[in-house]
Amino acid sequence: MHLHRYEKIWLTFGIGSLIIFLTVLGVSAFAMGHQPPSHMAKVDPQNVRSEAPFDEPGLRQIDETTYQANIIAMAFTYQPNKIEVPVGSTVRFHVTSSDVVHSFTIPNTNVNFMVTPGHINMAEHTFTEPGTYLVLCNEYCGTGHHHMQMTIEVVE
Amino acid sequence: MKNSALRVEEYSSDLDVRVAPKDAALSMAHIYIAFSAFLVGAIAGLLQGLVRGGMIELPSWLGYYQILTAHGVLLALVFTTYFIFAFLFAGMSRTHGAFSDRLRKLSWTGFIVLTIGTLLAAVLIILNEASVLYTFYAPLTAHPLYYVGLTLFVVGSWISGAALLAHYFSWKKAHKGERTPLFGYMTVATIVLWIIACLGVAVTVLLQMIPWAFGLTDEINVLLSRTLFWYFGHPLVYFWLLPAYIAWYVSIPKIIGGKLFSDSLARMAFVLFLLFSIPVGFHHQLMEAGISHMWKFIQTLLTFVVIVPSLMTAFSIFGTFEQTGRAKGGTGIFYWLHKLPWKDVRFFAPFMGMIIFIPAGAGGIINASFQMNAVIHNTLWVVGHFHLTVGSTVLLTFFGISYWLIPHLTGRKFTPFLNRLGMVQTWLWAIGMFFMSGGMHLIGLLGAPRRTAYTTYQNHPDALVWFEGIFTNYITIAIGGVILFVAAVMMFYNFIYMTWLAPKGDTEFPISEPAEDASETPKVFENWKLWIGIAIVLILFAYTIPIYDMIVNAPPGSPTFDYLIK
Repeated sequence: MHLHRYEKIWLTFGIGSLIIFLTVLGVSAFAMGHQPPSHMAKVDPQNVRSEAPFDEPGLRQIDETTYQANIIAMAFTYQPNKIEVPVGSTVRFHVTSSDVVHSFTIPNTNVNFMVTPGHINMAEHTFTEPGTYLVLCNEYCGTGHHHMQMTIEVVE
Repeated sequence: MKNSALRVEEYSSDLDVRVAPKDAALSMAHIYIAFSAFLVGAIAGLLQGLVRGGMIELPSWLGYYQILTAHGVLLALVFTTYFIFAFLFAGMSRTHGAFSDRLRKLSWTGFIVLTIGTLLAAVLIILNEASVLYTFYAPLTAHPLYYVGLTLFVVGSWISGAALLAHYFSWKKAHKGERTPLFGYMTVATIVLWIIACLGVAVTVLLQMIPWAFGLTDEINVLLSRTLFWYFGHPLVYFWLLPAYIAWYVSIPKIIGGKLFSDSLARMAFVLFLLFSIPVGFHHQLMEAGISHMWKFIQTLLTFVVIVPSLMTAFSIFGTFEQTGRAKGGTGIFYWLHKLPWKDVRFFAPFMGMIIFIPAGAGGIINASFQMNAVIHNTLWVVGHFHLTVGSTVLLTFFGISYWLIPHLTGRKFTPFLNRLGMVQTWLWAIGMFFMSGGMHLIGLLGAPRRTAYTTYQNHPDALVWFEGIFTNYITIAIGGVILFVAAVMMFYNFIYMTWLAPKGDTEFPISEPAEDASETPKVFENWKLWIGIAIVLILFAYTIPIYDMIVNAPPGSPTFDYLIK
C-alpha cells in the first residue's frame, strides 16, 4: 500500500497534533490533579436522607476558608435551595439525587457535573468575587426541569 | 469552468447500469418515510427555537419536552436510518446487481419491522407518554411500549442489515478472487459497525428497561444503563457519518468527472472507523460519578484515534479534487479549484458539508478533551456541535445524494430547475446553520443549558445575558432556526418534485471507476473476521473492567419515575 508523500506529511502533522493535545490533557490530569469529576462514593438513592452526610443537607465548615456543601438534587429543586459563604471561600460540593438524573452546574465556573442516583459526585470551587451565583440543572429531569435552580450567596 | 451547470444535462454517461426496479421500489419506500419524518421533525425544531427565544408559547396540549423528543427521534433516528437504508439498498443493487427475491423479501421484512417500531414510538410520543428525549435516560420512565417500539426499530434495522451483508457475501462468492466494489465494502463496514453498536442499546432496553418499565423488576442500575446507551450512542454518530463518507468516496469523484485518489486508503479509513468508534462511549460520561479517571482517560485516548480516519478522508477527498482539477487543465497552487463544478448542487451541497466538518470536527475534539469537557458539558455548545456534524455535514451530503438518488429511482430527470432550487436550499441551510449553531456554541460557553425550555431562572443576571447579546442570544438562534425551517420546507418540496413532478427521463447513479491503485489494495482489508475480532478485543479492553465494577459494586437501584414526564 502506497502512501503519498503529502499524505505522510499531513498525517504526521495531524497525529502529532493529537499526541500533543493528549499529552497536555494527561499532564494536566495526572500531574496537576485536574481530573474530571469521577467520585466513586455510593448511596442508596431511595433512602438518601437516612445516612450521613445527606441526613443533614447543608453547609458545613471544615476549616477557616473551606466548606463542604452537602446537597440533594431532586425534581425540580435542590436541598438546601440557598447557601451563603464569605468571599474567598473554597466550597466542596457533594451532591446526590433522590430521584432521577440531574446536574449541578454553576455557569461561568468549571463546576458542571452530573448527579446520577446512587452516586455522590463532587467538585470544588473557590469563590473570589462576591455576588449571587446561579446553580442550574442542565440534564433533562422532567416537565419542570427548566425551573430547577438554587443560589449561592458569596458575601463580603 | 463556465456554464458548469450545463453539465447537468450532458451528464448521462452511465445510464445503462441502474438500480433494479424492484430494488428501487424498496429504496423509495424508505425515502417516503424519511422525508415525512424530516418535515415533522423540522416543524418541531422550528417550534423549539421560537419557544426558547420566548417568542411564542406552546398550546397547553403540546409540551416543550414532547416536541424536543419528537425532533430528536424523527431527525436523528428516523430520517437518518431510513435515508441510509434507502441509499445502501439502492447502491448495493447498482454496484452488486439486483437483490435475489429471497433477500429482497428479507429487506421488506426489515422495513416493515422498522416501520412498526417507528409508528409505535411515534404514537407514544404524540400521546405524551414518552417525553424522555432520544437519549431516554433511566430512571425517567416512558410507557413500556415505547421501549418495545425502539426494540422493533433496532431489530428491523438488523434484518435489513443482514440482507445487505448477505447480498455482498453472495456477490463475493460468485466473484471469487475479485476485488469487491468499494460501495459494498463500505456498506459492510457501516452495517457491521451498526450491529455491534446496537448490542449495547439492545442489552439495556431488553434486559433492563423493558422488565423494569413493565414492573417485572423493581429497580434499574442507572449507571450501567447509561454506559450501555453510550456504548451505542457514539458509534451511532458514525452510523450517520459513514454513509455520507461513502458518497464522498464513491460518488463525488464521478460527479466532478474524476477518480478516487486511493482505494486502499479509503478501505483503511473505514476499517479504522469500525475499530475505534465503539470503545469510546465514556467521553459522553466524563462528568459523571462511578467511572474512574483512568478508564475515562483510556477511552479519551481511543476517541482521539478515531480522528485519524477523518484526517485520512479529508486528504483523500481533497486529493481527488486536486487530481481532477489538474486533469481538467487547472494549474498553480489553487487554480485547479476553478475546475470543480461549483454550480452543480450534487457536488456543492456535500462540499458545503465537508467545509462545515472542519469547525465541527475541531469542536468535537474540544468536547472529548477530558477535564475540559466541564466547560461545555450539557450546554447549548453541544447542541451547536451536533447541528454542524449530523445536522450539516451529514444532512447536506444526504440532500446532495437525494438530487440524483431520487430521480434515478423514480425514472425522472435531474433538471436545471431542480439544480437551482438545490443551490438556494444549500445556501439557506448553511446560512441558517451559521446563525443557529454559531449562536448555540457561544451561548453555551456562557452556561446556557441544553434540553431546557424557556427560562430566565427568575431573572437571574447570568441567565438574562443569554437574551441580550447580538450573537449570544436565543433570538439569534431562533432566527437561524427560521431560516433552516424555510430550507427544510424547500428540501421537502424538492423531494416531492423529484418523486412526482420532474419530467420523466433518466438520471445517473454516479459510481466512480476504481482508483488507479485499486489493483494493489492489500487482500487483508477483506478479512472481516480479523477486523471484527480486533474490534471486539478493543471493546472488551475498554469496557470489561468498568462494567464489571458497575455491576458488582452497584449501589441500590432506582424505581420508575414516569410521573415526572407528564
